Order: sequence, then C-alpha cells, then structure tokens
Amino acid sequence: MRDEDPRAVAATDPAMVPGEVAAQPGARKPDPVLVIDSITRSFGGLRAVDVAHLEFQRGWITGLIGPNGAGKTTLFNLLTGFDRPNTGHWTFDGMPLSRLAPHQVARRGVVRTFQLTKALAKLTVLDNMRLAAPKQTGERLFGALLSTWGQQERANTHQAMELLTRFQLDTRADDLAGSLSGGQRKLLEMARALMMDPRVVMLDEPMAGVNPALTESLLQHVKALRDDGLTVVFVEHDMDVIRHISDWVVVMAQGRVIAEGRPEVLSSNKAVVDAYLGAHHDQALEFDAEGNPVGQTAVLVAEIESELEAAIEHGQDLSA
Amino acid sequence: MIDVPTLLANGIAALAGPSAIFFALLAIGLNIHFGYTGLLNFGQIGFALVGGYGMGIAVRYFGLPLWSGVLVGILAGVALALLLGIPTLRLRADYLAIVTIAAAEILRLITRSTSMTNFSGGTQGLTGYGGSFRQLSPFDDGRFYEFFGVRFLGQDLWSICLGWTVVGLSLILVFLLVRSPWGRVLKAIREDEDAVKALGKNVFVYKMQALVLGGVFGAVGGIVFALTTQSLTPDFYSPPQTFFAYTALIVGGAGRVFGPVIGSMIFWFVLSITDTFLRQATAGRNPLISFIDSQDVGAIRFVLVGVALALLMMFRPQGIVGKRSEVLLDAR
Repeated sequence: MRDEDPRAVAATDPAMVPGEVAAQPGARKPDPVLVIDSITRSFGGLRAVDVAHLEFQRGWITGLIGPNGAGKTTLFNLLTGFDRPNTGHWTFDGMPLSRLAPHQVARRGVVRTFQLTKALAKLTVLDNMRLAAPKQTGERLFGALLSTWGQQERANTHQAMELLTRFQLDTRADDLAGSLSGGQRKLLEMARALMMDPRVVMLDEPMAGVNPALTESLLQHVKALRDDGLTVVFVEHDMDVIRHISDWVVVMAQGRVIAEGRPEVLSSNKAVVDAYLGAHHDQALEFDAEGNPVGQTAVLVAEIESELEAAIEHGQDLSA
Repeated sequence: MIDVPTLLANGIAALAGPSAIFFALLAIGLNIHFGYTGLLNFGQIGFALVGGYGMGIAVRYFGLPLWSGVLVGILAGVALALLLGIPTLRLRADYLAIVTIAAAEILRLITRSTSMTNFSGGTQGLTGYGGSFRQLSPFDDGRFYEFFGVRFLGQDLWSICLGWTVVGLSLILVFLLVRSPWGRVLKAIREDEDAVKALGKNVFVYKMQALVLGGVFGAVGGIVFALTTQSLTPDFYSPPQTFFAYTALIVGGAGRVFGPVIGSMIFWFVLSITDTFLRQATAGRNPLISFIDSQDVGAIRFVLVGVALALLMMFRPQGIVGKRSEVLLDAR
C-alpha cells in the first residue's frame, strides 16, 4: 500500500516534484511538513496576515517573498510562537504547533533565525553554539551544581567546532560574537540553529545586510541544508536571490498568498509583478512642456495622491 | 592636621566591617539579577527586609529556634521573588524595576505601621532574636581586638567572621553556577531573550530561578546584618540602600564573580576615609577646609561618592575587575 502513496514517492526524490504541483495559492503538496489553515493576524484595523491554506513541502527550499509589509515576517513570528494569531491552526508533521510557546516550537524541530541577527554579542562564538545544544543537564539549576556535565559539554563542543569549521567560523571560535561582521553573524545564526538538530529551518532574510561577496557563500550553505535533508523556508524580498536556490516560491502581498509556483514561472506571473511594481507599471507616461502630467497620466497621479492621502488619514506608515 | 594612620585604619575597618559584608551580599544577589541575567531589581533591600524580619519574627513572635528562624528568612526571600516574578517576568524589563521598588517600599511601610507593633515591633524595631548567636561567640564582647593597627570590637568580630564566611560560600556558589551551562543561558538571556527562546530554552523559568537565587542572597544579607546589629528597624530598609548596592556592584564590575564584593569593600573604604578626612579637615579652630561646616560632612561624602561613581562610569565603565569588551553598561 505504502508504495502507492504519492508521499512516499515524493519523499524519496523531492527534486522531481515541483513541476507536478499545481502553481496556485494554497496548492496541495505531496508530502507537506508544515500545513497552515485559516491563519489571521490583525494589528488594529490592518490585516497583516490572512492565509486560508498553505503547505510547505518536506525537503524543499521554499522561498517566501513579497514586497515590504506583505506579512512575511509576521507569518514567521506566528508559526514559531513569537506572536499569537487571531484565528487559525497549523501542524508540523501532523502534530499541532499552534498555541505553543517559542521554545516549545524550537524543541519540536522548527528552528528560526531573525532578520536582524541575534548573535549573542558578549558571548563567544563557541558559547553561542554550545548554548543551542538541546537537553543539557548542566542547564538545569541543580544539574549545574550536582551533576557532571563536563562530558556532555565536551561532546557539544566537538559538534560545535565541526559546524563552525563547515561555516568557516572555526578560527573565530574564541572571539566574542559581537566582533563578527554582519555576514559572519548570519552564518553563526545558521550554524547555531543546526546545533539543535532541526527538521525545519526558517530563515528570516538571511541575505539582508550581507556583503555581496558573502551572499554566494550563504546561498551555498542554504542549499547544503536541503542536501542534508532539512526543509528550508526563507523570507526574502529580493526576487533574484530567491530564483537561484528555491525549489518553490510562495508570494505574499498585503497579508495574503497571491501566488505559488516554481521560481522561473513566477517572474512572469501578472499578480506577482503587479504586487511588486503596482498595477500601472506598463502604462506609458505623458507630460506637457512644463512637466505636468496629462491625459491618462494625470488621472493616475490623481489616484496615487488620493491613495496617499487616505493612507495618511488612516495613520498608516508610508515608509513601510 | 590630617591623621593619615587613623584615616587608613578607619578605612580598613570599614572595608572589612559589617556594612561592607551586608552590601556585598546584596550586590552578589544583584549581580545574579542584573549582572548575569539583565533583570532590573530595584527592590533588593526588600529581600533583606523579609530575610531579617522573617528570622526576627519567627524567633520572637513564634518562639522558633534561631536556625529555623534563618530558614524562615530564606524562605521569605524565595516567596517574595516568586510573588514579584510571576506577574512581571513575562513583561518588559522595566516593569520588574517598577514593581520591585514599589514592593520594597510597601514592605517597609507595613513593617513600620502601628498596627504591626505587636508583630514586627513597628517603628520601635525588633530585638531579642539573636541572643543564641551571640552566645556562640568565641570572642569577648566588650574587648577590642587589634589586627595590624585596625581595631574591632569583640561583638562585631564574631559577626564579621560569620559574614565573610557566608560571602565566601556565596562566591563559590556563584562561581560554580556562572561557569556552568546554566550560567551561560543566563548570560544569553541578558544579551537577547528572543534568541534564547528561539534556541528552545524556557526563558521564564531561567529568569525566575535567577530572581529567586539573587533574592535569597539579599535575604541572607538581611539575616547576617540583623544578627550583627541584634536589632531590626524598618527605616533602615529604605530605597537608597538598593542603589548603594548597585553602586558597589558597578564599581566592582557587574557580571564578574568578585565584582560585587570588591565593589562593596571599595565603596565602604572610600565612604569611610572621605568621612574621616572631611571631619578632620573641618574640625578645630583653624580648619583645613573652612567653607564646609562639620555638620554637612555626612551629606557631602555622599556627593563625593556620586562624583567618583560618575568619573568611574566615564573612564572605567566595566568597573574595577570587569572586562572592557564585555562591559554591560555602554554609556555611548
């Protein structure tokens, strides 16, 4: 029976599957690891997240993209327990994950990183790594005093050094994490997440603020996570970055999933292009001799101005 | 005109004396709270109050033996930490600061209220709980003992011995804890709570453990000091005492094992020699400093301590034993 289950097939060869999944919002995946249903989160009158159904396929790199303010990070915060939704539930490998506290989500194997890196600046790089090791007896108050945690600590140190070597941070092991460059902090955060032996890694803008020279190396590390059998979900607003490494892309705008699909297909998707550039991007602009808009362009300018006014009256932040 | 040997002898007596011990213990607790975990407890003196009064009331009112009174004092510290921590530790750090300073004042005002006179002694204070501690003293109460020119009264010497023993044991405990993975979690929480949550640690539990542990050091400080003075008066437990303990912690170096003890010794040494110096300099027919009245000395020495603290923050923000790269209070 199991052989006929499409999930089993998918799990053995995930790379073959993306073309077979329907490219539409809320598409069913052959072997989803995270399944989200009717999740909403409002801030005052603003619906930051409103997703009816979303699945993340096991073993894929799924890129979550969208313009600023699309609700990507809010969705991340909800899924990892850092924020509470107004409605909705979601499961990880069939286990309900909603309503869990952040540390409980992390212990179950869904580990996240942050947009603004949270390297623990006054701890050494090595201590950052060892901190992440799960189930340490020396981390319990009485365990710290009464048990011999040294052996476990040595094993964790060994594992930490291996990971640091892989991420080219081994020479910085004894330096304070605060002395690392922005890109190195991103690498440290990724390496630290791996110390927890996660099943799903959720990276919030892993390329943001990184020296372009390091971007390629970071992308290779993200790919390597997938090759290790992990599921990767990452947020990015730069389409180009995502195209190279994603197996699947989910596009969000104004809190909703507006499109899903293979990355090479999505860049020609009208909804996606509109979300990024606005609905009028292909219209020729006309101006008179003084530089004032005329004809259709004048109508467009009036529309944009009234939208801006409305936004300001509603107290929205235009910079977002 | 200035008698330097007396100046130094007074300074050293203060550095080793009961006040230095008391503030060292308060600051050891604050070091766990603030130095390692980043918790702002502005009501540490309240923990000393419940420690001292817990013991005093248990012995005087309930007639318990002294050793169980000590236990009651420690448990009172634990209870106060839980009471303050459960509602506030999930909130932002400043809420704990507000709640702790308010709680310490509430405790002081309750203790001194007339309705509590039978129980806590009210404003008249509480005495007669520590006789059995005195009786254990190997020293002659009324005699002066001299060490290298520094004189201690016999009755103080016994509590000084107890006090430094307790400080030593506390430091060993702190040392063992902060070098363990448990201590590493505390330091990580101080740096970034959310990062620690994302790494699967129950931050609330760690903050509560830290609050209780640091509060117990405060309560033990209160117990030791109450045994030294043999009397408890509510108004001693006023808010500035917490800030003197913070001063000691920051002078010594927050987030270092020995920081609070060294800081407390320096604080009392400086306070004592400025006091002695100003008294000598303003006394007599033809004083060295004529523009300060000798009655103002008590206040002016605290002004000088404040100036010294400000200078220290500017030029050595990590404290005496701190590491510059790990400085907790970055003023820039």
